[in-house]
Amino acid sequence: MGFLIYLPIGLAALTGLFLMANAADTGIFVHGAIFFFASVLAAFFVIKKSFDQPARSGALPGEDFVYSDAVIRAGLIASTFWGVVGFLVGVVIASQLAFPVLNFDLPWTNFGRLRPLHTSAVIFAFGGNVLIMTSFYVVQRTCRTRLAGDYAPWFVFWGYQLFIVLAATGYLLGVTQSKEYAEPEWYVDLWLALVWITYLLVFLATLWKRKEPHIYVANWFYLAFIVTIAMLHIVNNLAVPVSFAGSKSYIYWSGVQDALIQWWYGHNAVGFFLTAGFLGIMYYFIPKQANRPVYSYRLSIIHFWSLIFLYIWAGPHHLHYTALPDWAQTLGMTFSLMLWMPSWGGMINGLMTLSGAWDKLRTDPVLRMLVISVAFYGMSTFEGPLMAIKTVNALSHYTDWTIGHVHSGALGWVGMVSFGAIYFLAPKLWARQRLYSLAMVSWHFWLATAGIVLYASAMWASGIMQGLMWRAYDSLGFLEYSFAETVAAMHPFYAIRVLGGVLYLTGGLIMAYNVYRTVKGDLREERAIGVPVGAPARA
Amino acid sequence: MFDHSKLEKNSILMVVCILIVVSIGGLVEITPLFYLKSTIEKVDGMRPYTPLELLGRNIYIREGCYNCHSQMIRPFRDELERYGHYSLAAESMYDHPFQWGSKRTGPDLARVGGKYSDDWHKKHLHDPRSLVPESVMPGYPFLAKTPLRYNDIKNHLAANRTVGVPYSDEMINNAVADLEAQVDPDSDNVDAMIARYPGAKARNFDGAPGPASELDALISYLQVLGTMVDFSVYNAKENLR
Repeated sequence: MGFLIYLPIGLAALTGLFLMANAADTGIFVHGAIFFFASVLAAFFVIKKSFDQPARSGALPGEDFVYSDAVIRAGLIASTFWGVVGFLVGVVIASQLAFPVLNFDLPWTNFGRLRPLHTSAVIFAFGGNVLIMTSFYVVQRTCRTRLAGDYAPWFVFWGYQLFIVLAATGYLLGVTQSKEYAEPEWYVDLWLALVWITYLLVFLATLWKRKEPHIYVANWFYLAFIVTIAMLHIVNNLAVPVSFAGSKSYIYWSGVQDALIQWWYGHNAVGFFLTAGFLGIMYYFIPKQANRPVYSYRLSIIHFWSLIFLYIWAGPHHLHYTALPDWAQTLGMTFSLMLWMPSWGGMINGLMTLSGAWDKLRTDPVLRMLVISVAFYGMSTFEGPLMAIKTVNALSHYTDWTIGHVHSGALGWVGMVSFGAIYFLAPKLWARQRLYSLAMVSWHFWLATAGIVLYASAMWASGIMQGLMWRAYDSLGFLEYSFAETVAAMHPFYAIRVLGGVLYLTGGLIMAYNVYRTVKGDLREERAIGVPVGAPARA
Repeated sequence: MFDHSKLEKNSILMVVCILIVVSIGGLVEITPLFYLKSTIEKVDGMRPYTPLELLGRNIYIREGCYNCHSQMIRPFRDELERYGHYSLAAESMYDHPFQWGSKRTGPDLARVGGKYSDDWHKKHLHDPRSLVPESVMPGYPFLAKTPLRYNDIKNHLAANRTVGVPYSDEMINNAVADLEAQVDPDSDNVDAMIARYPGAKARNFDGAPGPASELDALISYLQVLGTMVDFSVYNAKENLR
């Protein structure tokens, strides 16, 4: 039966060749080629695996299985790699806004094509890999069982990397459907749907063979994230292709309906991808790193169900004062305000887990990273409802305030909790005594924090200023500023943002180096953090 | 009282409950938009894009213009004075997908049509800072040099018809001729093209002789933005919602 695995691989290779042979445009030709070569690599991988000896040694005491950790190690490396790439592209496009000459006026280097590359690289490549990797780790540990399937988890991992490569190369080649955070075209969407449903099945099948009677709270969040993203992705991306060997398609929805479906998707990409999934990370890694139980079981139940119920309603706050009917805008605003409560329920549950362990913040930079991420989560989820109030939104919408808000959440919450998880996992997955360097974690922490402060405060200032300039009137009742004058006023803030981004990227590079040395098995000789100068060095 | 541990011990039950809980909001907010008549206003003048405008719109999408330009004027005094009449839902009813945008790094473009000359757009797209020194927009000099690819334009119109844009058989069959007529004001087919697409402008948009370039298509799209609805006969009171 083992040979059956070659059928889908052969089919994928033929699909790639078909797309190349009939390509209606350059984009689909390149993608057909990538698809074909990925299939060839997959075939080699499967052949090699069939000759490998199954690793059944090294089972935990009292257990008859080994955890499936190789795919998680691959995920950790991919997360670190894509994180650095995503931050780097962010610095590039931030520089383009400050110094437009950096666009070079070439199709594949202009801001319009690079911006989706940045957002997809950080959200889907970095964030997505962190989510897949940590969910595979957490579900095995909390279910006390091996990940379901031998090939399936690897298909999820490599299939997801292929999705990233197809999406990224597509943006550079101009293959996009222009729906924010859902830019990949119809065939890449189909591929992601296939990978995602496999991911759901691997996760569920692992739950089914669990040896613990209860499903741990982190897995509820992962489950809600996987299921809801599947629903959002499929509905938002329904499209009719112009031809079956061309990249262009037309979205099934139009105008006002398309706008609300897009932001129903877009806001819940935030709500389920960047929040529910990462809350799953919080619920496992903070208790583990702090060595304390989750603060409140009851709170986790209440905030889980209310969070996933309320989030879905919040999409219309992206469309305040637009041609979307008022009743929908009002519903969106109301539910966004209510959303504040379950969001802070999660923050409280995360922070209070440190009860009795607060002193560890002084000595453990990894825990510090995890905890500040929850603090940023609390700040962003307070700011979000505030900006969803229609009168506030009238000022903030279309300005950099939105960008600042997104980044306090993305850099502060998503980034920091991911770094914490990566630092937690690296020594465990490679069976090292500890990380290569904790001092470097501390450096990373402060560089990233300073970067976020520069970034967010620059965007708050520029966003509020531009919003006020747009609506300013002079004493004769004329608009005071031309649009171009408001653009010129942004320049210093755009430069400060670049600096903030560079600090954050530097932190990411330090992490990559630290992870690399940890994987190599090196230990940096350094003084324990929180121990007075002059105390003996730790080996 | 409900015992939550039932859910914690049954993954399928949990998945089903999650699906129900996350479906409600979308069903309540989105489905009425498809049957409430007040969602899209009654207006005169909306027509499907001409083949040239449609391909211009695809270039607008391809270059990611939506990242920095909104096409949605809000009903505020300053926006009405800066950009024109607030946008109507009807004005994007044939847009697959919508291009309302979310950020104004550059100005709103919902009513940019007719505001500037073709020549201004040509120079501005070539080098934005030659006309607007403060601009941070990238230049698009390659558009003028790239011939417009339209051999499959009929398929584009047909795909739009599948998703609900009222392109007639006649429009689809004449798509190539209509596209060529729109960039050649001396063509015999101009009148037939305008009969199919009332109000369409036939001009040599990029000012360069020869077949249509990508710049022709993009400028023709920019010049039609916000110009279709006839606001002299639009009754705002009738469309209050």
